[in-house]
Amino acid sequence: MNEFAVELRDVVKKFITPEGNELNAVDHVDMQIRNGEFFSMLGSSGCGKTTSLRMIAGFEWPTEGEVYIEGKLMGHTPPFQRKVNTVFQSYALFQHMSVYQNVAFGLEMEGAHRDEIKKRVMRALEMVQLTGMENRRPKQLSGGQQQRVALARALVKTPDVLLLDEPLGALDLKLRKEMQLELKALQQQLGITFIYVTHDQEEALTMSDRIAVMSRGKVMQMGTPVEIYERPRNRFVAEFIGESNFLEGQIKSLSANEASVFIPALNAEVTGTPASEGLVNGEQVFVSIRPEKIHLTEHSERLNTFEGEIASTVYIGSNTHVVVHIGDVRLKVWEQNRISRLEPSSFYTNGQKVDLMLMPENTLVLKKD
Amino acid sequence: MNPHRRSLFILVATVLVYTFLYAPIVGLILYSFNSSRTNVTFEGFIPSFSGRVVMEGSLVKSSPCGPFHWYCDLAKNADVLEAAGNTLTIAFIATIVSTIIGTMAALALQRYEFKIKPFTQLSLYIPIVIPEIVMGIGILTLFSQFFGWFNGLLGLTGDARLSMGIVTVTISHIAFMVPFVTLVVQARLQGFDKAYEEAAMDLGANEWITFRRVTFPMILPGVLSGALLAFTLSLDDFVITFFTNGPGSTTLPIYVYGLLRRIITPQVNALSTVWILIVFLVVLLLQWLQSREAKPQH
Ligand SMILES: Nc1ncnc2c1ncn2[C@@H]1O[C@H](COP(=O)(O)OP(=O)(O)O)[C@@H](O)[C@H]1O
Ligand SMILES: [Mg+2]
Repeated sequence: MNEFAVELRDVVKKFITPEGNELNAVDHVDMQIRNGEFFSMLGSSGCGKTTSLRMIAGFEWPTEGEVYIEGKLMGHTPPFQRKVNTVFQSYALFQHMSVYQNVAFGLEMEGAHRDEIKKRVMRALEMVQLTGMENRRPKQLSGGQQQRVALARALVKTPDVLLLDEPLGALDLKLRKEMQLELKALQQQLGITFIYVTHDQEEALTMSDRIAVMSRGKVMQMGTPVEIYERPRNRFVAEFIGESNFLEGQIKSLSANEASVFIPALNAEVTGTPASEGLVNGEQVFVSIRPEKIHLTEHSERLNTFEGEIASTVYIGSNTHVVVHIGDVRLKVWEQNRISRLEPSSFYTNGQKVDLMLMPENTLVLKKD
Repeated sequence: MNPHRRSLFILVATVLVYTFLYAPIVGLILYSFNSSRTNVTFEGFIPSFSGRVVMEGSLVKSSPCGPFHWYCDLAKNADVLEAAGNTLTIAFIATIVSTIIGTMAALALQRYEFKIKPFTQLSLYIPIVIPEIVMGIGILTLFSQFFGWFNGLLGLTGDARLSMGIVTVTISHIAFMVPFVTLVVQARLQGFDKAYEEAAMDLGANEWITFRRVTFPMILPGVLSGALLAFTLSLDDFVITFFTNGPGSTTLPIYVYGLLRRIITPQVNALSTVWILIVFLVVLLLQWLQSREAKPQH
């Protein structure tokens, strides 16, 4: 078996917009998706996720570059000759067929024997907990059930790769959470490669083995959820996933795992961890630090410590969100409410002086562009 | 307007609409049972059955078919039967051909982009908006030009010559029905999500199977509506048929027109009644078929 289930090599997809302009919906994308992996494409609406997926399924052909499935060059191979199946965002269930006929359709196309079809359809319906619904029409099912039929219809074909385009987008929050767990369990049980498209960062973080964060047709970063959250390689990813504080500055000294950055707004140097590739000494950069990773202390003499003043506090249950001013710089700080108190914000009052400590391993140095 | 006067207005409007829509039809059916041969006024039903037709002046006193005298009369009229046969033959063939062409045109207009597409779309409306008589004359000119040319070229003479007949009527009907079918099917395709076809292909169906198993069943109600419209248009077309028919290709509307110029017996009414009944049954059948079909998807 090939190491990669799906590979996109330098893929470009151009569209002509209704205004007559050329648009790179997918812009020089490289992706290697490993066999058995739960891989997500994450990005806001219009960033090219669906187009990428459609090129893997065969509904679109790349303008430039190549798509490989199980090591084989796809070229203009039509969808019905690719061993991938899709769960459509709109489900696209055949309304004039029963649930059974919908799920059986793909097996009929393979020319499977009737008994064989029946056995496999029933097993697929059992897997998605729809036993007893065979004779219903899609219209007679709830959104969640329709979603399961779409899933069964694709999985019954035992594809090498399952493509899912925002499959839970139309479901309400509670059902969504349930289905997330179910999908993940199903993927692990079957060992099929899942390529999952979503604009929901939490969904991507909880379900995926690896994530490609996309923006304007480009892959901004590809990595495990931990890598994406803890070591964003650029400001876009640091901002898109979770929240971050950004400070502008210039690199004063640089080694493999440490960089010293002069921050004019603080009139001080901050020691941080180089996170972007290709940083050079003297470069203008951003320093990025997540609100939950800033320590507030009464008084400290340690490295990267600055004196600030509490500007506002908001109690939100598990955390207290604090805004601290250091001169003109505003920093968001999230403090965990570890101790049960009836006046949780009593520790911080507006105007109170505090020391902020930015630990070097939490302080990421990112390229400006 | 106060509610009382408004409901009065609605009542009057309803009565007027129904009177003008249905009174002629009811009258027409009633007169098909008229005992008066001249059919100018209604002289009552034919009162009794008898072994043979008994006339008293222009009044039919009794007949083997009783009140249905004119229907029996109609059934014995070979000209009517021939005209009915022609009408149905033309309608069936023209409907099938124009439905196929019209549906394919609608599908092509929906899924392909091409330079002359706006022109193609516009050209669909031309046969619908131009007066039928203009189209009839146009088609007639075309055929006679073409036939004259062809007969001369091949040196055809006598019966071998190409001339107007059932074939030219059918071709003309197809020509003017195609735009109607295309527009009806297009309306149906408006809400058709191409994800259904993609899903079928994704599951291993090639283009043809996708069309046969998914696209066609889903647009079938639209295709049937288009076909029904085409069928009724063909059944009662007079103008274009008038210009393109020839010996032996008389259709019912042409035949009735011919009758009207001579004498109007209640046989014409009987013929019209049967006709209305057939169209009515076709419409009912289609409605029933459509209500059984899956509702349109959006
Ligand atoms: N068939 C098409 N014709 C023209 N533009 C398209 C077409 N499909 C997608 N686009 C454009 O390409 C961009 C990416 O679209 P898409 O891949 O659907 O984004 P996403 O799924 O991430 O929301 C969007 O700007 C969209 O408008
Ligand atoms: Mg999308």
